[in-house]
Amino acid sequence: MTEAEYYILPWYKKLICKASGALKKTGRGLVRFFQGIPGAVLSLFRKLGNGFKNYGMTFVKGGLLTKLSYVIMGAGNLFRGQIVKGLIFLLAQAAYIWFMITNGASCIAGLKNLGTVQRGWYFDEELGIDVMRENDDNSMLILLYGIFALFITAAFIILYVTNISSAAEAEKLSKSGAKLPKFKDDVAALLDGKFHKTLLAFPIAGVLIFTIVPLVYMILLAFTNYDKDHQVPANLFTWVGLDNFKTMLGANSTLSQTFWPVLGWTLIWAVFATFLNYVFGIILALLINKKGIRFKSFYRTLFVLAIAVPQFVSLLVMKNMLAEAGPVNVLLTELGLISSPLPFFTDPTWARVTVILVNLWIGIPYTMLITSGILMNIPDDLYEAARIDGASPFIMFTKITMPYVLFVTTPYLITQFIGNINNFNVIYFLTGGNPATLDYYQAGKTDLLVTWLYKLTVNSRDYCYASTIGILVFVICSVISLITFRNSQSYNNEEAFQ
Amino acid sequence: MKEKSKSYYGQQKAVNGFIQVLLLVLGIIWILPLCWVILTSFREEPGSYTSYFWPKGFTVNNYVNLITQDQQFKFTKWFFNTLLVSVISCLGSTLIVLAVSFALSRLRFKMRKPLMNVALILGMFPGFMSMIAVYYILKGMNFLSNPLVCLTLVYIAGAGLQYYIAKGFFDTLPKALDEAAYLDGATKSQVFFKITLPLSKPIIVYTILTSFMAPWVDYIFPSIICGSEYDSYTVALGMFKMLEREFIGAYYTQFAAGAVLVSIPIAALFISMQKYYVEGVTGGAVKG
Repeated sequence: MTEAEYYILPWYKKLICKASGALKKTGRGLVRFFQGIPGAVLSLFRKLGNGFKNYGMTFVKGGLLTKLSYVIMGAGNLFRGQIVKGLIFLLAQAAYIWFMITNGASCIAGLKNLGTVQRGWYFDEELGIDVMRENDDNSMLILLYGIFALFITAAFIILYVTNISSAAEAEKLSKSGAKLPKFKDDVAALLDGKFHKTLLAFPIAGVLIFTIVPLVYMILLAFTNYDKDHQVPANLFTWVGLDNFKTMLGANSTLSQTFWPVLGWTLIWAVFATFLNYVFGIILALLINKKGIRFKSFYRTLFVLAIAVPQFVSLLVMKNMLAEAGPVNVLLTELGLISSPLPFFTDPTWARVTVILVNLWIGIPYTMLITSGILMNIPDDLYEAARIDGASPFIMFTKITMPYVLFVTTPYLITQFIGNINNFNVIYFLTGGNPATLDYYQAGKTDLLVTWLYKLTVNSRDYCYASTIGILVFVICSVISLITFRNSQSYNNEEAFQ
Repeated sequence: MKEKSKSYYGQQKAVNGFIQVLLLVLGIIWILPLCWVILTSFREEPGSYTSYFWPKGFTVNNYVNLITQDQQFKFTKWFFNTLLVSVISCLGSTLIVLAVSFALSRLRFKMRKPLMNVALILGMFPGFMSMIAVYYILKGMNFLSNPLVCLTLVYIAGAGLQYYIAKGFFDTLPKALDEAAYLDGATKSQVFFKITLPLSKPIIVYTILTSFMAPWVDYIFPSIICGSEYDSYTVALGMFKMLEREFIGAYYTQFAAGAVLVSIPIAALFISMQKYYVEGVTGGAVKG
């Protein structure tokens, strides 16, 4: 279809045309993403293969000391005069072996079935009474320690590989007759050539311990049956494979009958919360920045004040204002507009609309704040030209303002969408997921997937289902953002302005 | 012709007048809840719901009681708890954020892109999915007897993933500066401390303020970590407690007083740094 043909179409056909275009684009993005997977996997294996090849070649080609480093870490450095470095490697090896003998090996072995000895009473023949069994297994701790042991092993493997390459490097240097770097030089390098290691060591350690390990633990829980019937320490839990996902996505359980409606509401919420905030925020910014409007900065501060107040304060206040006996209902009753209080948070549909509206109260000032600057950057002559051509303000808004702002704020919009899927505060403080319903398992009518996840962990302790939901949310978010982020300029072209 | 232009301006005036009224109405809607909190905090009669907007009597006792009494709610203690956590975690987080964003923005090394991708992926898991596990890890390390230490530790450790805005800022500094320094024989650490940091005052201020504010507004994580350790509650946690069914009637006005006390510094900080916030969010995008 040519451009001219497109322009003579009636508006609804234009809409269909646009929508199908967007769908096609998304589809293409998805296809590209999945086409990329085999390539990535292949290159990973190639890298691994190369690594092993190097590993073998270094052994074959290397001298005696390098060969010795394969068994005794640090040998290559130690006997060539790099005492401190060699000792560090040696100590690390000794510590690792000691750890594996005392704890590590049994920790990793425990991962296989997460404990076998259940707590309980057994009959002690000597004493003639029932006694509590000691040394029972705690599946949760076994899993946690197992993961830690695995991470320590991974760290050790990295150190081991470093040791080999360092030995090979030392051999190469001493063969060519150059002086080997002393420990002092290595430290100096950490402030220069290897400065990134110094800067990143501590942050990475922090993220590893407090983000990655817990996350791996929770992900693994999704493949166990750690629900409310298998609570530690009284019971054991064990691996169940993909059962939780089958229950969650299948058709016949209360869980899946909760999951699908909650997912639906989460998506509806995310779409409304994101796009209504966005459009109304831009309109508000336009109104405030319009020529001839007075007290611009006063209004700006007024609206920003609403978001500057901590959310737990403003949302809890909103909740009280809209409660059944709250000021809003009382006021409306006294004015004679209503005879019974409006069910802001008690009727499912009302509650859903209310949270979206209250979220507008929080979200509009954010968009206003962010888009104000962008709006002022739009060249005035664009509007001038449009006005001369007789364009109405609405046309100017849809044809000039929106495309311009969209162009600049697409990454922000995506982050907002993902943020709304994971928007915990608004729902938790405002409705707590209520009104409750018996159709759902542990969820109310306004619960999003994340608040449901929270309830499953804190209230009913169905950790395995909570983890399953977490993984599914992750899949949804990553598919959405991979398609959009990877095509955006700021990801692909970060050096453009350096 | 003259008449026409007059009517155009007349129309403009009418439109502007209409917008002015609209903005006023919207402004009132937006500010009303905040006014209500302030009025409630000075209200003499207790109770959570009143059938009127304007209080019948005014008093400062809500503030006085909130600060002085500590049998049921230890607001002063919570306030200083939160202050302590936020000051320490703000120092730690700022150092970490600056280090990470400098490394990822100005240095080139093999693991750079993979690390950024990992951070991107980690950011897509629901934040508190791992909180329960963090709780057990801290329990295993025997830290839980002191929840404030735990909170500080976890806030600092999490800072490594919040580098986007600072990195966006570093990305815009001209590379020629660094190159000139390297030519003169500067090491990378010298470039970081003597060139990049002095140029990054705005983003340092921004990072300090955001990491200072985080503990004040966070509710979920403290609620998991602190449990029933009443003495180590943070302000957000303690104030949420005030709204529980058995307390809300007696303490609602004190809750409002506490809300005002906490909101004033936080709101002041937010308003003072909104410029950096906007630059941070759009900065990465404007380049696109």
